[in-house]
Amino acid sequence: MTTLADPITRTRRPAATNLIQKVALCLAVLLAGAAILAPLIAPFDPLDQSLIARLRPPLGFDRYSPGHFAGTDELGRDVFSRGLYGLRLTLALAFCGAVIGLAIGGLLGLVAGLRPGWAEDGIMALVDMQIAIPFTLVALLVLALLGSSLTVLIFVLGIAGWEQYARIVRAEVRRLASQPFIEAARAAGGDTAYIARRHLLPNIVSPLVVQFTLALSNIVILESTLSFLGLGVQPPTPSLGSMVGLGRDYMPTAPWIVLIPAGLIVLLTFTVQILGDWLRDRADVRLRDR
Amino acid sequence: MAAYLLRILVKMVITLFAILTITFIATRLSGNPIDTFLGEGLTAEGRATLIAYFQLDRSLWHQYLAFLRAAASGDFGLSFVERRPVTEVVAHRLWPSAQLLLTSVGLTLLVSIPLGVLAAVYRKSWIGSVVMVVAFAGYAVPAFILAIVMILVFSYTLNWLPVVGNGTAAHFIMPTIALSGVLIAALTRFTRNAMLDVLGQEYIRTARAKGLSEFWVVMRHGFGNASITVISVIGLQIASLAAAGSVVVESIFSWPGIGQLLVNAAIVRDYPVLQFGVITVAVAVVLINAATDIAYALADPRIRLAQS
Repeated sequence: MTTLADPITRTRRPAATNLIQKVALCLAVLLAGAAILAPLIAPFDPLDQSLIARLRPPLGFDRYSPGHFAGTDELGRDVFSRGLYGLRLTLALAFCGAVIGLAIGGLLGLVAGLRPGWAEDGIMALVDMQIAIPFTLVALLVLALLGSSLTVLIFVLGIAGWEQYARIVRAEVRRLASQPFIEAARAAGGDTAYIARRHLLPNIVSPLVVQFTLALSNIVILESTLSFLGLGVQPPTPSLGSMVGLGRDYMPTAPWIVLIPAGLIVLLTFTVQILGDWLRDRADVRLRDR
Repeated sequence: MAAYLLRILVKMVITLFAILTITFIATRLSGNPIDTFLGEGLTAEGRATLIAYFQLDRSLWHQYLAFLRAAASGDFGLSFVERRPVTEVVAHRLWPSAQLLLTSVGLTLLVSIPLGVLAAVYRKSWIGSVVMVVAFAGYAVPAFILAIVMILVFSYTLNWLPVVGNGTAAHFIMPTIALSGVLIAALTRFTRNAMLDVLGQEYIRTARAKGLSEFWVVMRHGFGNASITVISVIGLQIASLAAAGSVVVESIFSWPGIGQLLVNAAIVRDYPVLQFGVITVAVAVVLINAATDIAYALADPRIRLAQS
């Protein structure tokens, strides 16, 4: 960025904030890389049990079992490898969920924005309802009834945040619809689908990217919470939330079983939120001087 | 004002109706409930009797009407596990949940409103930055991790606080903090943003120009107006966040409230309890939302004095 191009952000953004964002960006790359490359990096199979090496502490403590940097859990499984695979699954689930939410919410928001009248009223009533009903409860109900398969979990995570996308897209479409260039496109003979694809979508990408990032961190929290409660990812498949949930009983003697996945979750949500906030500040001119 | 109240009432009724419908559809999504929940060890004859008893051989529409009729008369069925009416099972859980909610909302208000005001007034100094970092952390750390770390430190390591139950005042400390974390983060941000919006207004400059003390300007003219926005957030966001959070916090601390009941019911698939528990919490959230809307109307002279 040149010094002249963006005087507002240049003057209002202290150096410390930039440093935090750079660190967050590096962490994001690191976490995503670790998740994608988990099968290559992990020193052990996350499901391999070893009765001799149960509940061994991490590197640097007494009774350390060579190779298990982060210690082992109650079944002798390598906590570091499980953490990597858990991170992989958590990120994959969050990503799928956020994409589904984006698809449902984006489409409904687009329809609501383009078709004022009963379609818009109906969709916005659904949005209001989704906001009024605490979603964790709906998730509990659905998971208990349909069982906690990964498919159901992805579906639940997908509908967790669709209403935010719908609201954003509708508002943006409504704002854009009155702009001269849309009118011009219409006058030139473009039909609604063409205008939506060619002129509206490119203009709402930036708020959608922001919302996608913020939703990602919310979905990570929701997924790990459900898995922690025993309603999400089922054992023996490692997920960060279920590692904390199952390791809880061993916490007094073997806190690393819990602290390592918990630390990874917090690192993940922090990183994603910092990036999301940063993107939002960049996208929203009003917030630049705050 | 009357029209405004009427609109709140209509919205409330529609949402309640939607909640009943959603829980009905959700319980029917999995096919025949008898097969799902009473599957094994049931004779063909017994199965037929149960299906007839629960009217599952009738059309879905008929079942829905029967469900609404039963709901209207307060009959939500028996718990599969406890063999008692679910209304009774849930009723026992209301007060502990309400207690935890009250202490948490109390703590949230005590902490986040002063913090939010401070962060807005000192937004350019380190005070503002520190407050926002704290608020940010509260948002990024899930309640269950906050709870687990507190248990590790204050119970297992220091032996200061009890983990399980709600017997004494000491039992309230950790669950209240765990539940408040995300609430404090949310409300601090909202208070700060509402204050910033208000402090940028012309009437604040007028108040300063009149020679009022800065404290008076901020509290009377600043927060007095920002509080209207803050009230609306308390209802909309806090009620929903608290309902979600209490599910987690109560089950970690074995708090005998609705949240713990719901998680246990979900795990053993006691679906009448789950259904009624969800309805109860959702109704509570809707009522809190409606109450906030009314409080909002009373606090905002533009609505209070509007001629309908």
